[in-house]
Amino acid sequence: MTLIDALRVRRSQGRQYIADPLTAMPQGFRGRPRLAAGACGDGCDACVTACPTAAVTPAPLALDLGRCTLCGLCAEACPDGRIGFTAEPRMAATTPAGLIVRPGDAATPVPEDGALARLFGRSLRLRQVSAGGCNACELELNAAANVNFDVQRYGVEWVASPRHADGLVVTGPLTRAMAAATRLAWDAMPAPRVLVAVGACAISGGLYAGSDALDRALLDDVTPTLYVPGCPPHPLTFVVALLELLGRARP
Amino acid sequence: MTASVLVHREAVAAIPTLAPRAWRDHVAAALGGGARAVALYGRPVAAADAAAASPGDDVVVTAVLQDAGGALATARTVVAAAHGYHTLTRDFPQLHVLERELHEQHGVRIADHPWLKPVRHAGRAAIPMAAYPYYDVTGKEVHAVAVGPIHAGVIEPGSFRFHCVGERVVHLEIQLGYQHRGVEARLLAADPRRLAPLVETIAGDTSVAHAWAYAAALEALLGHAPDDGVERVRACLLELERVGMHLAGLSGISADIGFVPGASTYGRLRTAAINASMAITGSRFGRGAIRPGGVVARFDERGAAALRATIDRLRRDQAEIDACLRTARTVRHRLGGVGVVPTSLARQLGLVGFAARASGVALDDRAACRGAYAARPIDPHVEPAGDCLARTSLRIAELDASTRWLAAVEAPPAVAPPPRSTVDGPLAASLLVVTLVEGWRGEVVHCLETDAAGGLVHYKVQDPSLRNWMGLALAVREVDISDFPMCNKSFDLSYCGSDL
Repeated sequence: MTLIDALRVRRSQGRQYIADPLTAMPQGFRGRPRLAAGACGDGCDACVTACPTAAVTPAPLALDLGRCTLCGLCAEACPDGRIGFTAEPRMAATTPAGLIVRPGDAATPVPEDGALARLFGRSLRLRQVSAGGCNACELELNAAANVNFDVQRYGVEWVASPRHADGLVVTGPLTRAMAAATRLAWDAMPAPRVLVAVGACAISGGLYAGSDALDRALLDDVTPTLYVPGCPPHPLTFVVALLELLGRARP
Repeated sequence: MTASVLVHREAVAAIPTLAPRAWRDHVAAALGGGARAVALYGRPVAAADAAAASPGDDVVVTAVLQDAGGALATARTVVAAAHGYHTLTRDFPQLHVLERELHEQHGVRIADHPWLKPVRHAGRAAIPMAAYPYYDVTGKEVHAVAVGPIHAGVIEPGSFRFHCVGERVVHLEIQLGYQHRGVEARLLAADPRRLAPLVETIAGDTSVAHAWAYAAALEALLGHAPDDGVERVRACLLELERVGMHLAGLSGISADIGFVPGASTYGRLRTAAINASMAITGSRFGRGAIRPGGVVARFDERGAAALRATIDRLRRDQAEIDACLRTARTVRHRLGGVGVVPTSLARQLGLVGFAARASGVALDDRAACRGAYAARPIDPHVEPAGDCLARTSLRIAELDASTRWLAAVEAPPAVAPPPRSTVDGPLAASLLVVTLVEGWRGEVVHCLETDAAGGLVHYKVQDPSLRNWMGLALAVREVDISDFPMCNKSFDLSYCGSDL
């Protein structure tokens, strides 16, 4: 490899970063669902039976992003076309209730947390633990730090030790075999600290809810500060949620 | 038409079912004669097995073998778990993890197995992870290094126990099971026609290969042959998955050896590849597209043209960084001669996928398939050296082959979602279906069996990682422990796919 070769790579690389993640829209992404108002056919539960994670409830129609895998099966099943999916990546919330989508709902920003913004607004170090994650969430969280999404420019960084971290980002349905290690990582993290649940598996168990191989006790004891839904979430879903929470989304 | 993936179907009544000893001899003769084991698994005895079972027999053991010509064959025995059979692993080490799994899942006694340890500690007795019986190396100069289950990066968990003399690794033992989610139990708990979302999470980075293996098996059970267009879209997604993950792997190994241009450039090229998947399927992992009976995809002439343009750009930019990586002396020096798995060892261990091909074993399930690959087959690429450099160069060569294939792909006439009438039909009764799909990491195996009423009685999943972890463990012997991350990345194995 000569210097010229390296420069050539640099030139074809150009500028890869997404200029403003807050307004970026991933073309073609099957993201935030949109429910249409109106009445369903008598006793129709096509969407409910199609859903693999019991994310859809009928009458009144609602969809829980905490369970949704964005598979699109409900939209396909609905005879009235009341369920559709948009490219909108903004889906995160600070409470489970904030993850419920009802007819007419549009994406709402994650509310800024004043205290967290003051503490971590310019520097947030995160430790990721996969507890049964299938490597899709993990790859997308890694991607958040690549040259495209470049979350480091906002002072957000992955760190190797929980001792160095301000927050724990869990993926996967929390397997029983990882329960002790995940708890250890959380306990090793100095306060103030935040817990972030990423992906349908971490938030609700997702496709593995009810499996006897899980131990989700950590989430009974510690309430996540942020829920980032998806299967896996788009990197923008994660990045935008953090920026909004930390008050970096203000104009 | 001939399928694009390997599909083997066999009436349950036609499966050779032998007494344990005769079965053992039969399998040994086949393996001794050049066949390889594709899978070996158990399931509880069901009503239909009454004819073959003696009183007290409680586990049906099935071996799936592939002869040198690529043909699949099965052989079965029914054993009493407490009695079991005499291990085949001593003569055929490729069976080691399969017999361990059989023992763990069904309690089958495998007499004289040399390494009968838990694969994932999730057997009948769910033993605590901390009770894993690590092999102990003792000696005045030997020290142990424990790593995991949580690793330094944003990756899946697993425990590694190194025994070293100074910096040199004498022995590495890999304890997995932390990712065990109970996949196989879940696969039997729901309607077999609606498992696609679950199957796509068996190993998230291999969503497409697993989904295709599942869909092809279901189609065999439904008696449905997918048309050319469906197969072409699936092959497109499979190759895009391969491209995306090979680029991710090259980015990772570049980062591990401090080759910064590679880390960033392969990483951003991956974005282009997986965004192309997203344009077709709505998911950067190709999820939600492959279903039994068809595909749900946006792939018209315009979409195909956009894909070809993306791939052309990717190929152009990739050529530059490939040239840098190939010629950088630092890269060759770091990767060359490290983490060697010789051809004989790769065969002995039954390695699959690119790890096997990088050790000189020409094993690629796509080679035997036609269908979507008929007009432009992708021939296996093989590197003889078996070191980290070979695994890296091989991935570059496979990227080239896959992007070349994708760069010429045409849109099918029409792609319709699977018709409900096809999918809701009855499943064939008393049929065993085995499907093999060559995913980016290696062969993905799904074995589905129905009972006399057409109900699914067993669903066995095998991710290539299960076969390859031992390859990594042996590759790092006599290697400096500081080279482990790079060796690990060069195999790029899945934890959850292995742990199920």
